[in-house]
Amino acid sequence: MTARRLAAGGRIDRTRSLAFTWDGVPLSGFAGDTVASALLAAGVRVVGRSFKYHRPRGLFGAWTEEPNAIVDVTLGEVEEPDARATVVELCAGVAARGVNGRPSVARDAYGVLDLAHRFLPAGFYYKTFLRDWPRREARIRAMAGLGRVAGTPDPRRFASRSAQCDVLVVGAGPAGLAAARAAAASGLSVIVADDRFIPGGSLHWRAATIDEQAGADWAAATVAALAAQGVRVMARTTVFGAYDHGAYGVLERAADPPAGWAAERLWTVRARRTVLAPGAIERPLVFPDNDRPGVMSADAVLHYLRVYAVRAGESAVVATNNDSAYEVALALHAAGTAVIVADLRPALPEAARAATAAGLRVMANTAVLGTIGRNGVRLVDLGPPDATSARAATMRVAADLVAVAGGWSPTVHLASQSGFRPRWDAARTAFVADTLRGDQHFIDAADIAGALEAGHAAGVAAAGALGRTVALAAPRTPPPAAAAPLRALWRVPIRGARQWVDLQNDVTADDIALAARENYASVEHLKRYTTLGMATDQGKTSNVNGLALLAEATLRTIPEVGTTTFRPPYTPVTLGAVAGLRHGRLYAPWRQLPAHAEHAALAAEMREYGGWMRPACYRRAGEDAAAAVQREAAAVRGGVGLFDASSLGKIAVAGPDAATFLNLMYYNEVATLKPGRIRYALLLQETGVVYDDGVVARLAPERYLLSPSSSHTQGVLAMLERWHQTEWPQLRVAFHDITAAWATFVLAGPAARAVLAPFTDIPLADDALPHMAVAEGRIRGIAGRIARVSFSGERSYEVSVPAGYGLALWQALLAAGAPHEITPYGVETSSLLRAEKGYILIGTDTDGMTLPDDIGMAASLRSKSVDFVGRRSLLMPEARRPDRRQFVGLLPADPATVPAVGAHAIERTADGGLRSLGWVTSAFHSPALGRSIALGMVQRGRALAAAGAVVELYHLGRITRARVCAPVFFDPTGERLRA
Amino acid sequence: MLLIECPWCGARDEPEFTYGGEPAVRPGPATEVGDAEWTGYLYLRGNEKGAHRELWCHSAGCGQWFVMERDTVTHATIAVVRR
Ligand SMILES: [Zn+2]
Repeated sequence: MTARRLAAGGRIDRTRSLAFTWDGVPLSGFAGDTVASALLAAGVRVVGRSFKYHRPRGLFGAWTEEPNAIVDVTLGEVEEPDARATVVELCAGVAARGVNGRPSVARDAYGVLDLAHRFLPAGFYYKTFLRDWPRREARIRAMAGLGRVAGTPDPRRFASRSAQCDVLVVGAGPAGLAAARAAAASGLSVIVADDRFIPGGSLHWRAATIDEQAGADWAAATVAALAAQGVRVMARTTVFGAYDHGAYGVLERAADPPAGWAAERLWTVRARRTVLAPGAIERPLVFPDNDRPGVMSADAVLHYLRVYAVRAGESAVVATNNDSAYEVALALHAAGTAVIVADLRPALPEAARAATAAGLRVMANTAVLGTIGRNGVRLVDLGPPDATSARAATMRVAADLVAVAGGWSPTVHLASQSGFRPRWDAARTAFVADTLRGDQHFIDAADIAGALEAGHAAGVAAAGALGRTVALAAPRTPPPAAAAPLRALWRVPIRGARQWVDLQNDVTADDIALAARENYASVEHLKRYTTLGMATDQGKTSNVNGLALLAEATLRTIPEVGTTTFRPPYTPVTLGAVAGLRHGRLYAPWRQLPAHAEHAALAAEMREYGGWMRPACYRRAGEDAAAAVQREAAAVRGGVGLFDASSLGKIAVAGPDAATFLNLMYYNEVATLKPGRIRYALLLQETGVVYDDGVVARLAPERYLLSPSSSHTQGVLAMLERWHQTEWPQLRVAFHDITAAWATFVLAGPAARAVLAPFTDIPLADDALPHMAVAEGRIRGIAGRIARVSFSGERSYEVSVPAGYGLALWQALLAAGAPHEITPYGVETSSLLRAEKGYILIGTDTDGMTLPDDIGMAASLRSKSVDFVGRRSLLMPEARRPDRRQFVGLLPADPATVPAVGAHAIERTADGGLRSLGWVTSAFHSPALGRSIALGMVQRGRALAAAGAVVELYHLGRITRARVCAPVFFDPTGERLRA
Repeated sequence: MLLIECPWCGARDEPEFTYGGEPAVRPGPATEVGDAEWTGYLYLRGNEKGAHRELWCHSAGCGQWFVMERDTVTHATIAVVRR
């Protein structure tokens, strides 16, 4: 390893040395470094192994475009897989590891894959393992893939924020700062977002004089002036997505958040106008073995030199097809690197004059024809760009760095995310964004002077669009020298050598030619077939070269080939930032029952049901949940149980047309219901599918109370509102969700009435309050309500009081029931009790295809004449098929075995196969029957039940038997309900 | 994320709203509607490219359903109508 850090210069803080490790080896860098610049400074050449061939790879870029330096980063308890070393700020104690290499990227056992490259062309895995994939997948995935996911929770905190502004400026390079300066001068509110650590962009590594200051100084002064005007200038902040109506997805990373503060914040910024000033990314040159460590973007080489004071090589070949590399060549030379310039163009441009004057060797009409070196470039072959053989090389030079400059691709991503495809500009040899969404301005400039001018103009235009004028002159800079045109050469015409296009996905020029021969001629197909342009860099350096090669291979122009679609995010976004605080306990608010404290005191096993925390059962010492459920169920049938049903939906419906409206909504007749009476009713979707069931109570002629399932309350309310507003707005009716206002407890069992009677002035005699009746009155002196409904099959009273009295009533009922050994029971027990009675549970026993007749409720369709929701759908041929699945009971042949929910009822086909007739939807051991029971949906189930047929149940390869029966196992005549 | 102009509350972010699809006229009475007509009402929508009428509910706001005419290509709002 050779130390490459210069003695002075750069934007690093040399007073703060930071220790870190690379693949376990201790190294050090400075504050202001990235992991990449620190590795380069330490002389580390191999920073990764390629995805497919496990070729050794070095740094290519210096920022988000980096395709090679994918590393796993650990700092304390934070582990970030697949980070790009070029964007990770160095901090003390960071452990970075290269990925895709075993045991390390420097010595990788899978490197032998590269020897087999002739047998691993594009599409190899698709073609070879088309039939055999499931068996081979695990081993192939072990060889492929990148970083290791920690598998432990991310301890960092993430936050979400929103902001609005008049003008959002994306990018704080010369163009963005000039635009922000102009917009802010007009008095508009401005936000500037820039993804780098310090605003200023290329002014930190490209020479410029602006308003008589050095470029970086001008940037710092401009940022300070903007801040003083109230402009929010956000560094380390990536605008990753452009969405509708001026909304942008913005990821802000904290530099060094204090404990407990958010590491990253995901902003949603809504801007009236947007100035996109994202800059451009340098393209590589494509030549044989252009992937060796030491082949780097020329602009990145300059970036490392001037920002981090790191010289990327001792002796360099600067290979270029345009003028921008000459500044790099001169800077390297000045830093002590021996430099040869190989310019593809037939004649040397004006820009070469200064290099020649400095004593550099500059050659026109010269291309790199190959590189040699095991773990990095050692020798470079140069020769004519039209060479068709490596033997055409005219010179071989010793060099450890090849700085390549293949031209510039404006960063059109955000401008193109709105659906406007970029246009190929042949003169500039680049895709440009000149068709824009109406609220966007895009700055696209070839040099800093152009950036300042276009940026200022965009700021003025944005202000003008919002009715403001700008009384501020554009920043001044000396006019640039005229640039000579670029020479496009998409590959060297040498056959047989591997010329890399996409370093991250190991796609070569030959792979693209092969894809074209196999007719993957559409650019979108090319991308999927070869993986060109996928993964973390999304082809930032490879796309244009790849498209151009596809155009050549298919004898089309680049505009005919076009680009792939640009979609957010521009760079990877941490999933934690997307989630923000919406995870774990904060994912959704838990709703607690009014008597929650009592359940907790009874050591109830609390589980979440549709957003509510409810007791599943009340386990006693030494008892598991299953045993508790059996005990509680037996106690209800033998004496009395107490159940907290407060989460059950309560929707008040009132108005002169309440009866008419509800009769249009419900499948069952509810208009003829007498005040004080209750009816069980289904609510259908317009497709006829059962959406919810519940009871409808008529409290008064114009006042109803609906009880939807706990998890459907909001949905039912929304459904009532929608139908009322959009279909029957003339009906005078209103709805109100009063669920949380009431505590509701169920006393169920033969002793229920005896426990309840002392509490209320409501007459409980069976002729006064029969099954399916409701009465309002006083309970413990409080205005409340008692409904006689049952979900257990036992005599049962639903007692409701205002929520604030719930806790006290629960305590009082438990105390009063003590002589009857009153037993609190939970949701799981309730589910067992209802299964013994064959009462359906919507969403458990039914699914998105279940119609009323399927669950044995055909009567309303025949008797009801209004066009209730879903009625017409029940008359469709599909609804009348004789072979529909029907709700049945299943008695397993082995009474000790509870069948699996989801087990299929099967029949044998003529060819010996198995065919599903339906499935088990609920299954329990029934304490009342002393045997296993199940409910299910089975084709022609009612006929099978009438015949007492036995069906086979298939589950995970095992077959058992069960007799089909009517879906009621306990008290089929309902004597206990009324007795 | 659309910026939707609720006709009762003003401009609000899309997450406050529920999409209700293209409005369809409910045919009836049920006993006189053919299977094909009913299927069309349930499932067949124009799904126009360009100007498109759709139902929205300001579900996290005033709770009102309204009709918004929107360009499905540019996502520009053309008109918002109180019901
Ligand atoms: Zn509203």
